[in-house]
Amino acid sequence: MRMGRRIAATFKRTAIHAAPTVLGIIILDFLLLQLMPGDAADVIAAESGTATAETMAALRERFGLDKSVFTQLVNFLGHLATFDLGFSPRYNMPVLDMIMTRLPSTLLLMVTALSLALLIGIVLGSVMAAWAGRWPDRVLSVVVLLFYSMPGFWVGLMAVVLFSVKLGWLPSDSSMTIGANYTGWAMIVDRAAHLVLPALALASFFVAVYARLTRASMLEVQRQDFMRTAEAKGLHRFVIQLRHALRNALIPVTTVAGMHLGNLLGGAVVIETLFGWPGMGRLALEAVLARDFSVLLGVLLLSSFLVILANMVIDLLHAWLDPRIGTT
Amino acid sequence: MPGSTRASGRLDVSTPDLTTPLPVTDLGNRAAPRKGRRLRAFVRNPTFVGGVIILGFVVMLALFAGWLFPSDPQDMVGPPLLWPGDDAEFPLGTDSLGRNVLALLVHGARASLLVGISAAAIGLAIGMVVGSVAGFFGGWVDILLTRLIELFQTTPTFLLVVVIVAIREPSLQTIALAIGLASWPTVARLVRAQFRSLRESDFVVAARSLGYSRTRIIVQEILPNALPPVIVAASVMIANAILTEAGLSFLNMRDPNVVSWGGMIGDSRDQLRNAWFLTALPGAAIAATVLSLNLVGDGLNEILNPRSDP
Repeated sequence: MRMGRRIAATFKRTAIHAAPTVLGIIILDFLLLQLMPGDAADVIAAESGTATAETMAALRERFGLDKSVFTQLVNFLGHLATFDLGFSPRYNMPVLDMIMTRLPSTLLLMVTALSLALLIGIVLGSVMAAWAGRWPDRVLSVVVLLFYSMPGFWVGLMAVVLFSVKLGWLPSDSSMTIGANYTGWAMIVDRAAHLVLPALALASFFVAVYARLTRASMLEVQRQDFMRTAEAKGLHRFVIQLRHALRNALIPVTTVAGMHLGNLLGGAVVIETLFGWPGMGRLALEAVLARDFSVLLGVLLLSSFLVILANMVIDLLHAWLDPRIGTT
Repeated sequence: MPGSTRASGRLDVSTPDLTTPLPVTDLGNRAAPRKGRRLRAFVRNPTFVGGVIILGFVVMLALFAGWLFPSDPQDMVGPPLLWPGDDAEFPLGTDSLGRNVLALLVHGARASLLVGISAAAIGLAIGMVVGSVAGFFGGWVDILLTRLIELFQTTPTFLLVVVIVAIREPSLQTIALAIGLASWPTVARLVRAQFRSLRESDFVVAARSLGYSRTRIIVQEILPNALPPVIVAASVMIANAILTEAGLSFLNMRDPNVVSWGGMIGDSRDQLRNAWFLTALPGAAIAATVLSLNLVGDGLNEILNPRSDP
């Protein structure tokens, strides 16, 4: 019961904290939209090929582009309040619909990559901390530093050379076999096979981040008083490391995981393009190439909201991990 | 070796009184022997030395690219798709347009380092101003600036860079500016934390009581003491800027007249099946450069902040 109340209090606090950030992001994104060269009327005019000054003016009036910047901002906020991210002249579709068709693929890729990165990173970091200064630590430190230094997309390309071109084990394009129409188990296997390489490429950098951080936090925790208490109670070494050290070391690791979520979403732009993954990141790049800035900003806005949401989840996770959080 | 013993002997002769412990616990006097110990620690740290050597090599290549390969590296000079070792004239082979891969790699070092260093400089400048003002003044200024920092940290960095580059034409300047504008929050947080802890220390109180202006206290008193973690962050920032630039160039958001490592990878994607070395070599160059910067950063961290060393 007490834990439930604590988590509810944390939720309230983080939600109040997040509200101004959301507003700030909307305004920042709106200002970026204003900086973009040309407007929707220009794009449509260029698309149709024939446009007179009158039709341009009519288009601007229809989209409210002839109003003052402040009125446009109020309109922008009003549209957002009804989950309207604008209209893509290029694809003749509402931006929100375009993003929503791409969101599930991106989320699948992100969650898989993040889980892989956390799992491998925490295991590697714990191993490095347990053998700190001895050869497993030294060897793993070099390996981890290498992954920390390699561009994720290059790791992906090299994995394609090895696993797709040379060995032929894994597919390297799209998120499923096009035209195969698998159902049931075969579909799951097919999707999973397509997920492996992009997820690993996206995770590679973050594995290194979490491994380094877990190692440092685990070593930091070893000096705490409660570790000595646990030892004095006669607990098994493994239990102490898992229940006491790792649990406490997880707080900085998850905090940083939340801070890196934005970077992970950004990294997805390159990885999705590389693997032909039909996600939000690739949509963002297609929008850049098509000069379709309303889509680009929609993706930016929604990604920021995803990061805020994930950080709220992490705060709740902390309230669960550490009994001291949320009591005041 | 006789040379090295003479060098170390001379070092001992010139600093005879520093080895004996001084009874006076004055900060100014203690700083000197610590500096000497730090210098030796630099040289003794093998990974740090390794990083400096690799980084120095890449910097030399970038500086002397025009002298090593004077002709335009984008010119076709031989048959296309020669593998490394096929022809002694092209030790690292040629790409699909018959360009010399070695010349491209050497010239590519320029773009990577230039973008990396200028982006980091822009990010450091903005971050240091925002962080020091927020940390020094506190109160409402701090709350507002912290919110601004949070705002930028919530926005996916790479997407923000893509948006800023899309606003303007992709040139080296735009790319460096975009990466700098997207990367300052880390520095701002770091500097803010340093300023908050140093704000109430004795030497700042002393400077205040002497009637120094706020600008002078911030720039001349606190900032030099807040620098060590910023120096460590700088090397990591250059490393991350190089990685970001590589990603952008790979996505073809680059200056078409400039050779860059990321762009070379992007160009050679279609040859991945028959000539994977065209992808492997520039990627290895990026990894080596970024690795050297991270090694330097780790070494600086151990030397400048001895307590962080477990």
